[in-house]
Amino acid sequence: MRLPLLALLARGPAHGYELKQDLEQLLGSAYPQPNVGQIYVTLGRLEKSGLIEGEDVEQSSRPNKKVYHLTDAGREALHAWFEETEDEPRVRDEFFMKLALAPQTGLADQIALINRQRRQYLNTMRSLSKLAAAEDRDNRIAHLLIEGAMLHLQADLDWLERCQEELEEQQ
Amino acid sequence: MSAEPSGTSAPLLRAEGLVKTHHGEGAPARAVRGVGLSVRRGEFVAVTGPSGAGKSTLLHLLGGLQRPDEGSIWLDEVCADGWSEARWAVERRKRIGIVFQFFNLVSNLSVADNVELPALLAGLSPKRARAEREALLGELGLTGKERSLPGELSGGEQQRVALARALVNHPPLLLADEPAGSLDSKGTREVMRLLSRFHQRGQTIVMVTHDARLASAADRVISFFDGRIADDATLEGAPARGKGISGVLELRD
Repeated sequence: MRLPLLALLARGPAHGYELKQDLEQLLGSAYPQPNVGQIYVTLGRLEKSGLIEGEDVEQSSRPNKKVYHLTDAGREALHAWFEETEDEPRVRDEFFMKLALAPQTGLADQIALINRQRRQYLNTMRSLSKLAAAEDRDNRIAHLLIEGAMLHLQADLDWLERCQEELEEQQ
Repeated sequence: MSAEPSGTSAPLLRAEGLVKTHHGEGAPARAVRGVGLSVRRGEFVAVTGPSGAGKSTLLHLLGGLQRPDEGSIWLDEVCADGWSEARWAVERRKRIGIVFQFFNLVSNLSVADNVELPALLAGLSPKRARAEREALLGELGLTGKERSLPGELSGGEQQRVALARALVNHPPLLLADEPAGSLDSKGTREVMRLLSRFHQRGQTIVMVTHDARLASAADRVISFFDGRIADDATLEGAPARGKGISGVLELRD
């Protein structure tokens, strides 16, 4: 969460709670229930490493709030973040190991493994569909995020289908 | 109009021991190899599997478009074994609506006529057929397209016309054979949304699809491999189980 918070601060100074709200608004329901405590902890770490600086602002009826701004080092870190490409997602290796090893152990049936895994993916796919249906139509970022998750899951399901085709043929 | 509580009513559709072998060139291909299936009123069932697994053949058997070599089908507890072609045709007009991958609209009839025709054939007065057509086309966002020919519409629009045609006689059962198979991503989402909407109002649907996203709109997914049911899973109604989707996006550290 460090870099996303830095990126939000590139627009201008903000305090922790504002950042939480901005993230929520940007990502919609696809965002895991954000934990404000986690945001403050991350901001603390960013400040320690010199990427942001906080200033206490007095409030009349409440305790002081801390407003953060990006430092030059922070801006550098953001540049580097945008420059880098990301690793591609990996094949579900734990499941693949189960599938590959099941026949040798005699402890599990490959088709049963596939069926069980497929049920979980389908349930998740259904949850994603519901999430998409409930999300504000105009929040395109949130919809793209959900659609991305669904396409990944679809690829996983297609792959399970391939595995099953192959294994059913052998039997 | 809502679905009846599960398990209390007789199945709307039941099949036992269905077998269908295609005799084309080369060796006979067993498309459906002993399939039993029961669909309750109000259920939305998706049948998924790789192409060539026989899932479309299964759907054709359930709609009487092809006849099984072995096995029986019951529609609303009435055995269809002895039904003639003519009887099946009547059932497909009144009790079974079907949508296909390539829409199968009558290309030289207007959108309005495509939808009204089955209503008129089922014995509705022209006035009522027209009222039904207007209501459905409005519901499906096609008002203003009545006089168009199917070829003048986008794929997604044509599939919506096909859906209106399939539902114009309020059939208890809707069969859908790869309804989004020739649509783009937007058209697929649209079909998914509409099928879900009709399902929520109590429409019983059996849909064949290779698209997992579309299948997840159903509340039960049958995995079909090599002519047989490999798995029959009821999807959970409740969203978010375990770490499945506590959030789509994983923010680290």
